[in-house]
Amino acid sequence: MDLQILLLLGQDGLTNGAIYALLALALVLVFAVTRVIFLPQGEFVAYGALTLAAIQAGKLPGTVWLAVILGIAVVLIDGGLALKSGNLKRLPRIVLGNLGLPLVLLGLISGLEAEALAALALPLQILLTLGIVVPLGPLLYRLVFQPIAEASSLVLLIVAVALHMTLIGLGLVFFGAEGFRTQPFSDGALEIGPLLLQHQTLWILFASAALIAVLYVLFERTVYGKALRATALNRTGARLMGISTTMAGKLSLGLAAFIGALSGVLVSPMTTLYYDSGFLIGLKGFVGAIIGGLASYPVAALGAVLVGLLESYSSFYASAFKEVIVFTLIIPVLVWRSLTSHHVEEEEE
Amino acid sequence: MSRKTLIAALLPLATGLAAVPAWADINVGVSLAATGPAASLGIPEKNSIALLPTTVAGQKVNYIVLDDATDSTTAVKNIKKLISENKVDLVIGSSTTPSSLAMMDVAVENETPMISMAGSAIVVEPMDAKRHWVFKSAQNDAHMATAIVEHMTNNNVHSVAFIGFADAYGQGWFKEFAKIAEARKIKIVANESYQRNDTSVTGQTLKILAAKPDAVLVGAAGTPAVLPQKTLKEKGYKGAIYQTHGVANADFLRVGGKDVEGALLPVGPMMVAEQLPNDNPVKKSALEYVKKYEGVHGKGSISSFGGHAWDAGVLLSNAIPAALKKAQPGTKEFRKALRDAIEGSKNLPAAHGIFNMTPQDHQGFDQRARVMVKVENGTWKLIK
Repeated sequence: MDLQILLLLGQDGLTNGAIYALLALALVLVFAVTRVIFLPQGEFVAYGALTLAAIQAGKLPGTVWLAVILGIAVVLIDGGLALKSGNLKRLPRIVLGNLGLPLVLLGLISGLEAEALAALALPLQILLTLGIVVPLGPLLYRLVFQPIAEASSLVLLIVAVALHMTLIGLGLVFFGAEGFRTQPFSDGALEIGPLLLQHQTLWILFASAALIAVLYVLFERTVYGKALRATALNRTGARLMGISTTMAGKLSLGLAAFIGALSGVLVSPMTTLYYDSGFLIGLKGFVGAIIGGLASYPVAALGAVLVGLLESYSSFYASAFKEVIVFTLIIPVLVWRSLTSHHVEEEEE
Repeated sequence: MSRKTLIAALLPLATGLAAVPAWADINVGVSLAATGPAASLGIPEKNSIALLPTTVAGQKVNYIVLDDATDSTTAVKNIKKLISENKVDLVIGSSTTPSSLAMMDVAVENETPMISMAGSAIVVEPMDAKRHWVFKSAQNDAHMATAIVEHMTNNNVHSVAFIGFADAYGQGWFKEFAKIAEARKIKIVANESYQRNDTSVTGQTLKILAAKPDAVLVGAAGTPAVLPQKTLKEKGYKGAIYQTHGVANADFLRVGGKDVEGALLPVGPMMVAEQLPNDNPVKKSALEYVKKYEGVHGKGSISSFGGHAWDAGVLLSNAIPAALKKAQPGTKEFRKALRDAIEGSKNLPAAHGIFNMTPQDHQGFDQRARVMVKVENGTWKLIK
């Protein structure tokens, strides 16, 4: 193996690792705030990529309907509750907050001709995609996780598995069994010494770094970020301070959906994505998150990059055993974690 | 006997009477992978079943289609249900080799003929008491592998690198290909594998490039086969790239775009039916199916997998008249007669080739069932 191969593999591993790192951050965030091991994280990746692909093909993505239907369900439930308690003033906010964006996007996309939709500027298409997929996070939290927010983490995990299966099935209905690739952000490549960096690779590295920086600022400097951190540290304490755990849950799932959809949009020009591609990508992010003990953001991100590099190098040396090597990594990490960290039994009711 | 047990005893009888249609109908059970990882095979197959004739030799034919979600356990459940509840005379299924193998035992137990649409030869070989009841409408992988090796020898390819799925499809192809290539003195310089869902094959590609092969064979099915070819081109590989017939659908061209230009692959003749010379014996029967399918689903929508389902129907329709002479549908005798009639199919033109079944060969295709094509300007171009 010469230096060039070493560098090429490293670059490939970093690119994938950057995506895994984003997903690992989302997983840590959701787990810290809601105690849900958020398996459906990968589905947001697939939904993001495939929604963008559908828009670029001039088709109305099925995810819009999902957002609208979930929005209606939330409006019916929350609206019903508001009516029952006679709190009519909240109604407009409930309707607008849950159904507004999906309906506007549905009108916008179905109003456009197929050619006009396909010919939209790429940033606009990406915005549309994010606008469709991101609301799914809070809506799903409201419908699926909020009613059982106080359940044990095992129950939450089982529900997350069920949600993962449901979303995969819906993905097949929306997008079909075949894969899609989207247009790259910009064509061409950059030459640095022996390395040929595709522009898309640079986009991925840049966007991941930027997103991590934004998340850092969000958590350190904004009220919402601090509220999320407070909830993660101590739910009861945060509630006593007037922080709504429901709001925190919705916000964390919204962020997770945003990170997932953006990752999907970033990788889809590099590789073909399928309705069920997200799971494996999410799982590798999960290995990274485990390395971080589902608690530490920097360690999780580094762990995810490590997963990406390991994957890349093992695909060169022993391609048949690549997945085995990557997922076996979790065993020594768990052993080391359980030996070094002080274990606290979760309180069960 | 209490009233409850009486009802329990009578209920199946009553529903059974209601479920069994007039004795004249022929019931065909279909189990295919309409969802799950092999959905891109199962969906066109399902569409093609819908195009099959509903009356053959004056008898009504009912098709009962079930989805096995690319899961062999579900496939077994399906065939049990089809046989015990729907009293089917024949089973078509499934799309994949593992599911077909699993269904086989149930078919044999109930002496029901079965036509599989899967690719691997092990579904019908080696012939034994079990496979006595099993037929296969899709070409064996070996048919296709010989076409590739033949093309390679004709074009002075001496060393080949293989990259394929890390599953039965990729492994099966490697085994078939290696066997034939070795006999023709073609050296295999690398054998790499990757997963259907992988987002990168850079490592494998670099290793292949380091081995400097004359050609690369990608042993993958459907759109995931684009990734190795795209990466090879990106890294500057200039040699020939061969694909397998598993990629022969419009989605491969759509996803691959200009990255898969120049790919060489063997396909069933129906994929290029219109380009076939007029004296090709398969042209007429292939065009018949292509026109029917594209008439419903639009131009360019055909895939070889749909053709396998259609060909299963061709075998069935051809066998029904002979079987009807011997017994009534719904009986054990009819199923046996149907099996014998399918085994007796001679010079039967279908979408993918000409069936010539023998007691030893339950696939029945010969070299007329494949042609080599090249991807040119986003379409399949027949290599003369």
